[in-house]
Amino acid sequence: MSTAPRRLRYVSANRRVREDRRFVVGMGRYAADVEAANALHVALVPSAHPAARIVSIDGSAALALPGVHYVLTGEELAAATEPLMNGLETPEVKRYPLALKQARYVGEWIAAVVADTRALAEDAAELVEVSYEPLPYVIDAEAALRPDAAIVHPPHGSNVLLDRTFVWGEVERDFAQSQRQLSFRVVWGRSSTVPIETFGITAIWDPWRELLDVWASIQMPKYSDQIARAMRLPANAVRVHQDVDVGGSYGVKRGIKHTILCSYLARRLGRPIRLIEDRLENMRAGDAHGPDRIFDVSVAFNTDGIVRSMKMRALDNVGAYAGRAPFQLGKPIGAIVGPYKIQSVEYRAQSVTTNKAVQEAVRGFGQSPTNYAIETAIDKVAGALRLDRIEVRRRNFIRKGEFPYLIPSGTRYDSGDYHTVVAKVLDHVGWDALQTERNRLRQSGLLAGIGIAACLEPSGGNSTFEPLLNPKNTTSTWMESCRIHVDALGDIVTTVNTTSSGQGHETLVATVIGEVLEIDPDRIRVVRPDSLESMPSNSPVGSRMAIMLGGAAYHAAGKLKQKLIGIGAHQFGAGEDAVVYANGGVATTAGDRRLAWAELVNIAHRNWHLLPPGMEPGLETNQIYQVPTGGTLPTPDGRVQMYPCHSFEFHVVLLAIDPDIGLPKIHRYVIGHDCGTVINPHIVKGMTLGGIAHGIGAALFEEFAYDDQGQMITQTFMDYLLPSSQEVPEVEIVHHCTPSPYTVLGQKGSGESGYLGAPAAISSAVNDALAPLGIAVAKLPIRLAALGDAIAAARQSSKA
Amino acid sequence: MKPVPFDYVRPTSIEETCALLAADGDARVIAGGQSLVPMLAMRLARPARLIDILRLPELSGVRDDGNTVVIGAATRQAATEHHPLIKAKAPLLAKVFPWIGHPATRRRGTIGGSIAHADPSAEIPLVVATLDAEIVVREASGETTINAGEFFLGPMVTAIPQGGLLTEIRLPVWSQPRLGVSFHEVNARHSDFAFVCAAAQVGFDETTHCTACAVGIGGLGEFPVRLDRAAKALIGTDLDHAAIADAVDAAMAELDIWGDLHASAEYRRRVGGVLARRALIDARQAALECPQ
Amino acid sequence: MKVQLSINGERRTADVEPRKTLLDCLREDFGLTGSHTGCEHGVCGACTILLDGEPVRACLIFAVQADGYEITTIEGVAPAPGELSVIQDAFCETHGMQCGYCTPGMVLTATALLRDNPQPTRKEIVEAISGNICRCTGYGQIVEAIALAAERLAHANAPQRAKP
Repeated sequence: MSTAPRRLRYVSANRRVREDRRFVVGMGRYAADVEAANALHVALVPSAHPAARIVSIDGSAALALPGVHYVLTGEELAAATEPLMNGLETPEVKRYPLALKQARYVGEWIAAVVADTRALAEDAAELVEVSYEPLPYVIDAEAALRPDAAIVHPPHGSNVLLDRTFVWGEVERDFAQSQRQLSFRVVWGRSSTVPIETFGITAIWDPWRELLDVWASIQMPKYSDQIARAMRLPANAVRVHQDVDVGGSYGVKRGIKHTILCSYLARRLGRPIRLIEDRLENMRAGDAHGPDRIFDVSVAFNTDGIVRSMKMRALDNVGAYAGRAPFQLGKPIGAIVGPYKIQSVEYRAQSVTTNKAVQEAVRGFGQSPTNYAIETAIDKVAGALRLDRIEVRRRNFIRKGEFPYLIPSGTRYDSGDYHTVVAKVLDHVGWDALQTERNRLRQSGLLAGIGIAACLEPSGGNSTFEPLLNPKNTTSTWMESCRIHVDALGDIVTTVNTTSSGQGHETLVATVIGEVLEIDPDRIRVVRPDSLESMPSNSPVGSRMAIMLGGAAYHAAGKLKQKLIGIGAHQFGAGEDAVVYANGGVATTAGDRRLAWAELVNIAHRNWHLLPPGMEPGLETNQIYQVPTGGTLPTPDGRVQMYPCHSFEFHVVLLAIDPDIGLPKIHRYVIGHDCGTVINPHIVKGMTLGGIAHGIGAALFEEFAYDDQGQMITQTFMDYLLPSSQEVPEVEIVHHCTPSPYTVLGQKGSGESGYLGAPAAISSAVNDALAPLGIAVAKLPIRLAALGDAIAAARQSSKA
Repeated sequence: MKPVPFDYVRPTSIEETCALLAADGDARVIAGGQSLVPMLAMRLARPARLIDILRLPELSGVRDDGNTVVIGAATRQAATEHHPLIKAKAPLLAKVFPWIGHPATRRRGTIGGSIAHADPSAEIPLVVATLDAEIVVREASGETTINAGEFFLGPMVTAIPQGGLLTEIRLPVWSQPRLGVSFHEVNARHSDFAFVCAAAQVGFDETTHCTACAVGIGGLGEFPVRLDRAAKALIGTDLDHAAIADAVDAAMAELDIWGDLHASAEYRRRVGGVLARRALIDARQAALECPQ
Repeated sequence: MKVQLSINGERRTADVEPRKTLLDCLREDFGLTGSHTGCEHGVCGACTILLDGEPVRACLIFAVQADGYEITTIEGVAPAPGELSVIQDAFCETHGMQCGYCTPGMVLTATALLRDNPQPTRKEIVEAISGNICRCTGYGQIVEAIALAAERLAHANAPQRAKP
């Protein structure tokens, strides 16, 4: 019989998020709250130069301070550890936690100082004398490509980490046969998710048990494996504690260099080691910056607005070491045509090293910048043809009946109903009224514009971009797991085998298990085993947990239910098809006999003699769940099934700019959102609103800016501007549900929602506002003063 | 981001404070700390000793001194913001508080602290400069009064001598029957320091003639500037838009202006002028709306 | 230096370096880890506490400056173990958080706001929390939580339960 629930009781219900109770009373347990008796504290010596040979490091003055225990250099650390994982085959681009012989960006860790307190460690770090020999450096990505450019990693021979051109379909033919073409450049400035909690870690080495214990503010796949490799330890000698609340991540909490540094020091000094980044360390050298990209895009289209082909070149400035940056050019391949039926694509993905800080995975893993480029193209096509921007999108959208839809780059989109979502949003917003309002604002002397973005959120992340960009990598699974244990009293314990950073995974698993077992989710205890006790997990990346952890929990619960059905049927002497499971009990279909939950549990735990032959006693099931649609490797010509599910979002923004000042103000923000079956509406709503706020930041405020000397000039929250409640408008959400056929409940991902379209929508609105002046902005973030200068220049030249 | 080690003392009188300051060249005064503590945390300020004046009773409070409103240096911004005397007699100052940081920083931050910190784009220094307030500094040797025009010397640099303690600020009270004030600011986020900001205070007689005028701009360069020539040119006029534009444009052309990541020098010059014009227009409107 | 502080209604003493912020002192000397470290330069608001009932940044005060004030941290807000304040409960009801890191500061800021202004407008709520940065929620459900709490407090006309 089917294990599918007959109707949904807990899934999609407006139930509270169970994690919230501990957070509102300040009882979350974050990395900095972990107490380790006798711990020593680390502070870092940052590089003052964007590129320099390290001539010497003298720690004697630092060590002379009472309470200072150690000064660690890159030479010592590199001798004792393996280089940090590098996903590409670029063996000469080696990365260690501390710079080895050469500094490659301002702020890079040159040495680590260990002391009794953090303050003392900072005092001592100032006393470490580093002698540098400055080297030529390069900050700009295009400059880094020039033959005479300074090379960041001389042994590698050039600054190019990745330069691959994919051609999917008959691009040249489609360009030749199209009636029109246009080309443009847009630039996505370097920003990141910048969680309010910095990265923090405590590491303890127990030499008697030969065990490394780690508590960290981490969100990273295969963290303990990476620690083990770099530390030259067996993986079963690394115990990562996952019952640590992570204070925000959105991709970036991957402090592997911090972890290896502290793990080494813990072994070397025989004391617990603690490193909680301060904000300056976090901003300049947390190695957690985001994509930094130049897009050159050409599109070929017909006069009816149908876009037939696209050429996109994405040049990403990865900074000083590879990090995850190159792969963030790979993931968007899974949605390279957005929601549109573009039949052929040429995509050139270029990663170059420069003397900037290192990138990490940022919300959407490169998708939001790509969506910005695609949406700009669609706006430009409409503009070139003087067609309505929404009508052009409608004409190009994949239609509801065409799913599953195979895009040129090899991914099959699961489902969607873009036309309906757009119609619902326009109906909600009152499209004509919105245009009237824009025109009224224009007449009042403002520059007003409506922004539009129609974007996809690929979800259910696996890591197919790795084998795509690195042929030696043959990863074809990216599983997630769940274990359910029912104790002898009938109470349920289940597991989340990773850390969480606000996504509500405890609520997610409890809801899904409660749904399948028809038991109040609040009765289910959720625990987080440490990494040695955990089942396989790939952590909450790639907007995957509703799909993957939800899927694992669903199947584990289904197995448990099946076992209960087997026990019940055996007592009734009936076949399993002659019994029904309801509300935790099993009854005959005739309804004449019933065993309640407690009775079934009792049999499983205590009555071997009543169990069906061959059934294990006890009540415990588990599931290691493979990514739906996963399992295949890319084709040689670079076609790949990337993620399984594709949520859709449609943004409409009304914005007005004071033309004398350049200050943009958002007057209205509406988003249509379809992520299939919603498991917890509060969580999905929060993700969407938070994603939009983050997208507004990337579009208008946030940038890790460097000057010509390679100095990062936005190291504090006074210069790197995070949107406050004053800058984020009230957002209206219009829901739609197109279930995914590939997931257990029809759910899709929503962890990146809002963020994937907000920057494109804001840019679209600004450009609609600027259109009467005949100018456009093509770089994010759109700084208000630069906007003011552009408007002033346009007015000046129209006067002339 | 831990400060360098320092001693901490909390004197109980101005005299004791001045003696402490005179005795230790590496000592710094701390009041609300809302600007100083971040600098300490980043080790941009490295005092050997902090002298805490926040609780000195004689430094706190607002009083009416006839022609001036006197504000004790350690008076909290939040307390000043809601003080009836400020609203009545120093309306320009009252105007700027919503733009200064957040409620949480205004509760600790002091009036004198903001002035002594002398951030070129800060709001309170702009008001002080625009009204050419008097700043009173006490030293062991006695008290001196410095006009705002001579007080701000550069970014975070003031005329407070070594060993001096800013004790109070005297804001002139204007006697015009009809008074209007206005303040405009541009920044990326509401609570940030201004890219550029402008303040204006104008007085009118019973007719539409402007009889007193002060206008100043912050965020342009080394310190907030008072546009004296513009103000002079406008006194006696009706403050019509054309007169305002002419006066402000002429004044802006003379200024030395800086640019940075957030806003170019051209932006600050242009928008400084825009804001000054807007401030004057709004101040005039407010004045003319005063009951006669 | 010895400091004597009044925290959540209790007298506490600690021996601290003058350079230790009240935030570090609360966390390290008194184990009150609900106050969070975000930026240490007064921008993010994660360390917000109440000083004589008013929200301030604990990272911008040194512990040696904090004697004589009534300090309230997030640990002092819940009325009893396992029991939430109306405001805390409203944050749970609307899911006015995700990772929970900014939440203590938000709850304390909201507590002071609703004490002084029991029926704030949306604009007043937005203004009150503008010094507390949240990277997760986009603020929508936080504003909803505070509005809901205001509504509930306005209707909470049942007699107060006597303290045991």
